[in-house]
Amino acid sequence: MKERFQYLFNSTKGLILVAIAMVGIVTAIWGMLSGPMAEMGVREIVIKALGMKIIQSEREGRIIILYHSIAMAIIAIETYMVTGLIKMKAFFKTAINAAITVGYLLTMVFGMGFAYFGHNWAFHGLYITGLSLIFFAGVMLIIALWPWNPEYYITDKEYSHTKSGLDLERTAFFATAVTTVISALFGAVPGSYYGHGFETFLAENIIRYPEKTIMEYSIIGHLHIMLALIGIMITLIIGRWLNFKGGLHKFAMPLMILGTIVLNLGVWGVVTPLEPVAHMIIYVGATPSMFAALLLLIWDWNKLIRDGTAQLQKPTFGQKIGALLRDPLKFGPTWQMLFMNFTTSGIGIFMAIRLEQIFRVWPAREERIELTGHWHVLSAIIATIILLYFGDMNGFKGKLRQWYGWSIIILSDIAFGAVTIFEMKRLFITEAEQQPLVNGLMYAIDFGLGMLLVILAALMVYRLTDLFKNKGRWIEELDHELAQEVDK
Amino acid sequence: MKRIFLTLCLCAALLASCAPAELNAPMPTFDTGIDPNTWAQVPAGEFHFGQFDEIESTDAYEIMITDVTAAQYADFLNAALADGYVKMDNEKIVGFYPGDEYNGIKHEERIDAGDWSFIPLNDPSQRIKFDGAIFSVQSGYENHPMTTVTWFGSWGYCNYYDARLPTEMEWEKAARGSDERPFPWGDEILRGNANFYSSRDPFEDMSSFGSRTTPVGFYNGQTYDGFQTVNSASPYGLYDMAGNVWQWTGDVYEGIHYRFMRGGSKDTYDMDLRLWVRNNATPTYFSPGVGFRCVR
Repeated sequence: MKERFQYLFNSTKGLILVAIAMVGIVTAIWGMLSGPMAEMGVREIVIKALGMKIIQSEREGRIIILYHSIAMAIIAIETYMVTGLIKMKAFFKTAINAAITVGYLLTMVFGMGFAYFGHNWAFHGLYITGLSLIFFAGVMLIIALWPWNPEYYITDKEYSHTKSGLDLERTAFFATAVTTVISALFGAVPGSYYGHGFETFLAENIIRYPEKTIMEYSIIGHLHIMLALIGIMITLIIGRWLNFKGGLHKFAMPLMILGTIVLNLGVWGVVTPLEPVAHMIIYVGATPSMFAALLLLIWDWNKLIRDGTAQLQKPTFGQKIGALLRDPLKFGPTWQMLFMNFTTSGIGIFMAIRLEQIFRVWPAREERIELTGHWHVLSAIIATIILLYFGDMNGFKGKLRQWYGWSIIILSDIAFGAVTIFEMKRLFITEAEQQPLVNGLMYAIDFGLGMLLVILAALMVYRLTDLFKNKGRWIEELDHELAQEVDK
Repeated sequence: MKRIFLTLCLCAALLASCAPAELNAPMPTFDTGIDPNTWAQVPAGEFHFGQFDEIESTDAYEIMITDVTAAQYADFLNAALADGYVKMDNEKIVGFYPGDEYNGIKHEERIDAGDWSFIPLNDPSQRIKFDGAIFSVQSGYENHPMTTVTWFGSWGYCNYYDARLPTEMEWEKAARGSDERPFPWGDEILRGNANFYSSRDPFEDMSSFGSRTTPVGFYNGQTYDGFQTVNSASPYGLYDMAGNVWQWTGDVYEGIHYRFMRGGSKDTYDMDLRLWVRNNATPTYFSPGVGFRCVR
């Protein structure tokens, strides 16, 4: 028993497994409170069965706690990956993982307890304690990643570094961690304000009000930048796992650092007199970050093709494509990053360009669908990238690897593609005529997301049964570190 | 074989998605027994306003107990066309609106004095028909709320009868009464309370045309062909203050050209039926899910 706890709460892979399981449980239960499950009447059954106390006027507050509970677990997963992949002192690794684990579990358990099961204020206090611990873990991560420590200087010409040896990839991780911790404050300050009885709100509901308070701007900035930073961090993590290097790495890392800093400056500027130009700064910052991700994609696909056709004298186009698609777990993460441009970035840019001509002509509720849709998709894409990497961590091979990887890619892309069409449906169909299209899209979304949850459940059942085995996979993973599995 | 079967299923689903919605599918007709010409008295005084129950007050006013019906609007158009209050303009009915003050605020658009669209006549979901001389209502929709009407068309109707659109405060007070309830009838929502998305009323078929409006005053406790409604009148006796159609309100806010709507609709989930929830759109917007009622 002790060893199993040691695995679950003291090994990188065990910690990631627990966090994924926790997100899976919350998603499965709370997913039944909305959408088709609510339409079918499942919501009422769940509410009664679990004894939830749902007060109509508190919906917005409940949802904010729900989002945070899931997001903190995702941040914990990324942190475990960073501490498992990047060199740092053992003390920091242990301290960071311990703080963030206790932090996200407190946040999730007591946050959801407070929000959905009556207002026990001790729970609220523990929820805040959890968030504070995660913040503290972030501060420790910054110290652990400090790139100007000569111990972490590098000389390998394959990796981006300065003349003095400063590791620019480590610096990119560091910049992302620093800006994440600072950006968390942009949520913490208004969170404290609204938590003290002021009127909380969901950002998508106030988009059209011309006058916003600093606290409102702060929350809008916070939610955007935190999601962007989670996206940037997973890009860096995937790059490290795949062992991104070479000429493109040398271009990508300075771009990633620059983009992250400028993007954050723009978002922080939203609460300052710079607000009128903040969006321009954000666009300027987002461009190098997205370009750096593109360079990772080019490098990854090129490597997959090169490695997959190494034995061939003159590979044909078809053989190259075959090589590219041979391993869904290595191809999937960067493919999902590309797909994100169709479902998230592309939609966001299109909305920004045609806001007045199209989106602000529609009623606010339609615009809200676009906003909530595109960031739900972005969050879910990040989740699928984590699941693809997690599949590799599980050592899936052969047909299992193919089925697992391609199922995640295809099912999620069907769902996200359908969500995107749903968001934009008013461009090509009227309200009166939309129902058959909506039904088709809903089937696609429900099928894609439902099957993804089934796969996740199957994975969790497999890992749970594995834990009961004396010589299960968990034994192998107990002392195995992610850095050992980085591509050569 | 499996692959062929799966591909066929996918194609069938795609084809079903592309099928046109039957906008004029047969529908039941019910007499709700509620007279749309009735007005309710709302006394002056304080009430709880908004999600966080701020204490506000209004003067006394009267408000229609139902949304304006399609039949009422057709009568209005016939009278208004005859005396030149409205006119035809390229498949639209237009009328004069005196304009709003323009403040040049970010995203604000000018609403100048002039003729503005009241209703489109060529929209497939328009239930008002015009034969060149007389306006009439598509059969079966007479006692349904008037929809596919712009804010100008709603403003014009009320103005024509020496009434006006309710302010957001007046609307909410009429819906809520003097306590803190989230819905006009109380704290919880059931399918028998209101017409909302997937509420399974006799006018709805989510597998084909989707949601449709219910006659005004439908949710009054009667049973219609086996569908049992709950009497869901507000404390002042108003019907359909949650669900069925969003209702235009009359406030014109400084620096905002959008007009606000309340009440949720047949196309929204129950969360949007909470009394404080706001929606907004440009005043030229129209939809089969938006109507209005007047105060005086």
